[in-house]
Amino acid sequence: MRSARAADGRFAWATSDPVRALKPLVFLLCLAPALLLVHDVLYDPEALGANPAETIEHVTGDRSMQFLLGTLAITPLRRITGWGKLIRFRRMLGLFAFFYGVLHLAAYIAFDHYFDVPAILADIVKRPFVTVGFAALVLMTPLAVTSTAGWIRRLGAQNWSRLHKAVYAIAVLGVLHYWWLVKRDLTWPMIYGAILAVLLGWRVWNETLGRQRRRPARVRARAEPGPAE
Amino acid sequence: MSMRALTGLKPIPPSEITPREVFLDRRRFLAGATAAAAGLGTAAPALAEEMAMKLPAARNAAFSTTDAPTAKKIITGYNNFYEFGMGKSDPAASASKMSVRPWTIEIGGAVEKPRTIGIEEVMRLPLEERVYRFRCVEAWSMVAPWIGVEFNKLAALVGPTSKAKYVRFTSVVQPSVMSGVRAEVIDFPYVEGLRIDEAMHPLTILAVGLYGETLPNQNGAPVRVIVPWKYGFKSAKSIVRIDFVEDQPRSTWMKLQPSEYGFYSNVNPAVDHPRWSQARERRLPDFFASTPTLPFNGYADQVASLYAGMDLKKFF
Repeated sequence: MRSARAADGRFAWATSDPVRALKPLVFLLCLAPALLLVHDVLYDPEALGANPAETIEHVTGDRSMQFLLGTLAITPLRRITGWGKLIRFRRMLGLFAFFYGVLHLAAYIAFDHYFDVPAILADIVKRPFVTVGFAALVLMTPLAVTSTAGWIRRLGAQNWSRLHKAVYAIAVLGVLHYWWLVKRDLTWPMIYGAILAVLLGWRVWNETLGRQRRRPARVRARAEPGPAE
Repeated sequence: MSMRALTGLKPIPPSEITPREVFLDRRRFLAGATAAAAGLGTAAPALAEEMAMKLPAARNAAFSTTDAPTAKKIITGYNNFYEFGMGKSDPAASASKMSVRPWTIEIGGAVEKPRTIGIEEVMRLPLEERVYRFRCVEAWSMVAPWIGVEFNKLAALVGPTSKAKYVRFTSVVQPSVMSGVRAEVIDFPYVEGLRIDEAMHPLTILAVGLYGETLPNQNGAPVRVIVPWKYGFKSAKSIVRIDFVEDQPRSTWMKLQPSEYGFYSNVNPAVDHPRWSQARERRLPDFFASTPTLPFNGYADQVASLYAGMDLKKFF
């Protein structure tokens, strides 16, 4: 862990590095939903509603999906806003997606199946929505493990970035998992699916069509009058 | 010498006595009107809550489970009533807007005396408390102290003919207060059905109360079916129409997802839902789904014989 003290001895928030100053705050914000769940389980179970286990599963699943989409939004946002430092939040968001995914799986194993391993394995094999959800979390694991600077060095930047392209598949599996499990109301799976489609669509556009015209296109986008003008 | 001769009064036939229900309903109407006149429109849900009326009924122990009833807050706060939205807490939030008086049930089809019956008359039938296990197809369960009357008592009033092989229940539609109906998430009205022998079974009741009071709107006021050995969605809420029919009705869920929801839908730990196991259930508000699910939700002794010789995997 890096110290909050910058190299020149001043505190981080006093330096010109706003990212470093913001990181602890962002970390706490990301952790807050989990802390809130822990608080409710210990001190206020009624706040979790009539089906507390289901609430925990929904909250952790939603958060995992949201952090995953947040991770995928970093690159487009950097390009669009021009604020390159955003990249320094990406690992944290990705690790929180994994963290909430692990909690989600743990809740499923403990609450839904009461640690009945054969039943869990049968569930994973038999039910497509469990299969894809489980696959997404399994695929996330190597990405979480190799998220450190040391692993980037060890793998080499190119291999590392190739490996981490798996995040696209993971996000698609996540949306499928949600889509297939709901009984009737597809509102939220559709919202996540639409956001993911935009994020992936932007990349396709950026890589192909946008390649030759990237510069002029961006200039045009900036020149366009906003609603306030 | 009789009392009548002494007092010189004619006996009051039971039909002339204002039922407690109606009497209280008038008071509720007045209270509501007063509140509305005072511009307290927002007080309506609270009022509805307060106005839940006492509905004393003796417990029928022979037909009641000894399992501890689930907290009232949970039974009335966690509901699938898609007319009011898809969320489990949506019905508790908005069902108070449903109008439950006046209320009639139209009874027709293969019966000798088709008729429209008022809720007041239903409530004068012999009510009793039945503490039943309630198992949702989503693998959670509760224990609810319903108050109601055996469905066969109502059927006796209309006399089903030999052509009555099934019973079809139709739920109310009030689009102005039902966001789920307006959103057309499902093709309402909600329709459910039972085979005639299932409907006439003494375990099958029309419930009009819960926890010693009239049924809360989110639980299907003023009258709903309860079939304790079947998944919860078979127990239609807020009934306005009952038809005795010759052909098997197509229920709402059968139309929506025929591969997942069959006509019988008996609670069965051996037959999984295509997307999840039915072997265990979560007895709310438990964290762990550690309660083993019983065949016919624990009512096998009473009802298994109805399905003798049937392949329950096929007729799920």
